[in-house]
Amino acid sequence: MTVGAWLSVGLLLIGVFFFVAGTVGLMRLPDRLSRLHALTKADNLGLGFLVLGLLAQAPGLSTGVTLVLIWLLVMLASAAGAHLIAKRALRGDGEDSR
Amino acid sequence: MNLNDIHVAVALVLLATMSVGLIRVAIGPTPSDRMMAAQLLGTSGIGVLLVLTRAIAVPALVDVALVFALLAAVAVIAFTRRRGGDS
Repeated sequence: MTVGAWLSVGLLLIGVFFFVAGTVGLMRLPDRLSRLHALTKADNLGLGFLVLGLLAQAPGLSTGVTLVLIWLLVMLASAAGAHLIAKRALRGDGEDSR
Repeated sequence: MNLNDIHVAVALVLLATMSVGLIRVAIGPTPSDRMMAAQLLGTSGIGVLLVLTRAIAVPALVDVALVFALLAAVAVIAFTRRRGGDS
C-alpha cells in the first residue's frame, strides 16, 4: 500500500476510536450533561477524522467537497443540538421534569 | 489485507457502536438521553455510509449521507421545541 493509503487507514482508525469512546461515554457516564459532552466529541472528532481519512483517497474534487460539506453540516447540527438539549435539560421543562 | 477489507471492518465496528447506542435509547431515563443517543446513531450512520461508499464502490451513498446530515439537525431541533403536554 502507498503512503496515502496508510495515512488514510490511520485517520480512519482514529475516527473509529472516537466513535467507540463516545459510545462508551454515552453508556457509562453518570448524568445527562456529561453524556452530552461525550456525545459531541464523537460527533465532531470521530466524523472529522473519518472524513479526513476518506479525503486522503477521494477520487475527485466534487466528492471531496461533498465530504467536507457533510462534516461542516454535522458539526453545525451537533453544536446547535447540544446547546438546545442542554438548555432544555437545565430549564427543566417538558417531560424531563418528572 | 487490502484497503477494502479495512473499510468494511471500520463500517462493522461503527455498526457495533450503533447497536450499543440503541441500549441507551431503550433505557435512557429521560427523553433527552434518548434524543442524544438517536443523534449519535445518526452520526454513526453517516460514518458507515461514507466508509461503505469506498468499500462497495457506490458513489451515490455520499449524497445519502448528506441527506442524513440535514435530517439529523431537523430532528434534534424539532425535539427541543416540544413541550410536555402536546405529545
